[in-house]
Amino acid sequence: MVYLIFGLLPIDPARISCGVHCSPATVLGNRHRLGLDVPLYEQWWRFICGIFAGRTYGDGVAQFTCPAPSLGYSFPHNECVTNVIANAFPFTLSLAIGAFILWMSFGISFGIIAARFRGTWIDKSATAFVLIGSSLPTFIVGLLVYIAAFLMHWIDPISQGLWVSPFSDPFGFFKNFIFPWITLALSFAAIYTRLTRGNVIETSSEDFIRTARAKGVSNRRILVKHNLRTALAPLVTNAGLDFGGLLGGAIITETIFQLPGLGLISLKAVLHDYDLPLIMGTTLVAATFIILFNLIVDVAYAYLDPRVRIQ
Amino acid sequence: MPILIQEFGFSDRPMNAFLEVRNLSVSFPTDDGLVQATNDVSFSVELGQTLAIVGESGSGKSVSNLAIMGLHNPKSTNISGQAIFNLETGPIDVLAAPEETVRKMRGKTMSMIFQDPMSSLHPFYSIGNQISEAWLLYNDAGKKEAKARAIEMLDLVGIPGASRRVDDFPHQFSGGMRQRAMIAMALINNPKLLIADEPTTALDVTVQAQIMELIKNMQKEFNMAVILITHDLGIVAEVADDINVMYAGRLVEAGGVDDVFYNSDHPYTRGLLASIPRVDSFHGGRLSTIPGQPPSLIHLPSGCSFSPRCAFADHVAGNKCQTTMPELTAKAPKHLARCHLSASEIESAVKKGVGA
Repeated sequence: MVYLIFGLLPIDPARISCGVHCSPATVLGNRHRLGLDVPLYEQWWRFICGIFAGRTYGDGVAQFTCPAPSLGYSFPHNECVTNVIANAFPFTLSLAIGAFILWMSFGISFGIIAARFRGTWIDKSATAFVLIGSSLPTFIVGLLVYIAAFLMHWIDPISQGLWVSPFSDPFGFFKNFIFPWITLALSFAAIYTRLTRGNVIETSSEDFIRTARAKGVSNRRILVKHNLRTALAPLVTNAGLDFGGLLGGAIITETIFQLPGLGLISLKAVLHDYDLPLIMGTTLVAATFIILFNLIVDVAYAYLDPRVRIQ
Repeated sequence: MPILIQEFGFSDRPMNAFLEVRNLSVSFPTDDGLVQATNDVSFSVELGQTLAIVGESGSGKSVSNLAIMGLHNPKSTNISGQAIFNLETGPIDVLAAPEETVRKMRGKTMSMIFQDPMSSLHPFYSIGNQISEAWLLYNDAGKKEAKARAIEMLDLVGIPGASRRVDDFPHQFSGGMRQRAMIAMALINNPKLLIADEPTTALDVTVQAQIMELIKNMQKEFNMAVILITHDLGIVAEVADDINVMYAGRLVEAGGVDDVFYNSDHPYTRGLLASIPRVDSFHGGRLSTIPGQPPSLIHLPSGCSFSPRCAFADHVAGNKCQTTMPELTAKAPKHLARCHLSASEIESAVKKGVGA
C-alpha cells in the first residue's frame, strides 16, 4: 500500500540522486541500477523479496548489496536503508523506554493518589495537572523544557545528537535523554493519571469490592489486591499501543532535541531529501512495531484477565 | 437497656438477643435533599433464628443491613442508633465501635452474601483464592492449608468435584454455583450472623430453592442467626421465623411468620400478600396490585407514609392518616403494626370489601 502510494508520486529518485547537472543518460543508468525501470508491481515484489533475502543493486564495478533484511537503498545517506534505521533506532528506543517508565510511574501513582483522596485538594491538583499536561502541545512543552535546560546549562546542544551508550557512560546517556524523556512523558503522564483515577474510582464501586469489604479485608489490601488489578488491566492496552507507536519515532521531541532517531530521519527524509526508500523503511518499521505491540497487548491481557484466556 | 424489646411485645424472649438493633436511622445527604433511607428501625435476632425483612425496592431493607455490616461510606452517610452484638466477650455496638473493630468482625462475627453472585465475585481471582483469602484473614496459616479449607467448604456447600473446581474462575461457574461459593466464602470463619441480601433474586427458579435449602442447612450446622432480605414472600413463608415488613424506610409490621401472613395488621402487608398469584384461589382476571408508587424518600407524604396508597385510609376518623404518623404498636402478642386501625377494625373493614 505504502509502496504503491510512493511509487505513484511524481518524484524520481534516480533524478534526485544525480544532482543538479545531470545528463539524461545518467538518470537512465541510475534508474536501472536502482531497479526503477521495471513496472511498479515488480518493484514491489523485489522490495518484498529484499526484506527476506537481501538485495543486490547494479552490476559490474558499481554493484553493491544490501543484506537481508533489506529495505532498499537511501541515496541521501548513501547507505542501505536498514543501516540508516539501525543507526537511528537506539535513539528512538532509549527515548521511548525512558519516557514510558517516567509516564507510567508518575501517571499511575498520581492517578491512584487522586482517587484515594477524591474531592480533596490533592485530587484537584491532579486534575489541574491532567488538564495542563494533556492540553499543552508537545512542541510547546519541548521548547519550554529545552529553553529552561539550556539556560541552566544542563543541556549541550552539540553533544545531543551523538550516541552515548547507557552501558559505557550511564551519566552521559542520562544527561542526553532526561529532557526529551520529560517532554515526551508529560502529556502521557497526564492522560494516564486521568485513566488510572477514573478506573480506580469506577472499580471501587464494584460489587466485588463490597464483597471484599464484607469479608473484612483491610482498605489497603482492597486497593492493592482487589481494586488495582482490575483498574490497571485496561491500561495495559493503552500502554502497549502507546509504546509501540513511539518505537516508530517521536517526531516532535526528536526534532526539538535534535536526536537523530527514527522520527527525525523520517522528517528529514520527507521534508528535505525526498528519500522515498527511507520513508518507506521507517513507515514499515513503525507499522511493524504497532502490530507487534498489539499482539503483545492481547497476550498480556489474556494473562491478566482469566475471562479472555482460551481454554 | 433491653426496654425496647419489652415495649415491642417480645417480652418472653431472652432480654439480650444475639443482635439487637435499636432506633437505627440511615440517611444520605444529596443535592436534592436528605434521603431518609431507614428511619428509627428496631429489631432483634436470635442465634438459630431467621428474620426476614421484606419490602419494596428502596424501602430501606439493604441500607439498614449494610449499616450493621459497617459497609456504608461514613463520609456520605449519616447513621444513628445502635446495633448491639451480644457476644460471649461482651456486647459490642457496631455503630459506635471503631472502624477497625467492625472490620475485624466482618467475615468473622457477621457475614453477608449479595444479590448478584457474578458481580460480587472478583473476576480475576480463582474461587479458591477468594475463599482462602477470607479464611486467612482470621487464621494464621499457610496458603496450602487455606486451600484445603476452601475445598472443604466448597464441598460442604455442595459443589461437585470441589478439589477440581477450586482453581476455577467465577465465570466458569454457573449462577447457582457462584452463590454457593459466595456462601462458602461467607461461612468459612463460622460467623454468628449471616445477612443474605436477596440471595436468590438473580438465580433461576429451580436453583432458588436449592440455595435457600443450603442456607437453612448451614444455619442448622453453624447455629447462626440469619437475616434474609427479600421480596419473595414464598421464600419467607418457608424459611423465616419472624418477619419485618418495611415501607419507606420504616418498619410497618413485625411479628412471627404465621401472625404476619395470616393475620396481617397493616394494609401494606395485606396488599403485598394479596398481590401474590395463587394457584388454589385464582378466579381469573387481573392480579391484585397496590395502587400508586413508592414515595420519594426525600419528600415523604405527611402523616402515614403509606396513606396515599392505602385503601383503608378512609376508614380512619378525622383524616388522621394524612396528619399523624401512627406508632408501631402491638396489635396482638408479639405482633406489631404501624397503623391507626386496630386488628378488629381492619377485619371489619375487610368484611365490607375494602382492600380485597
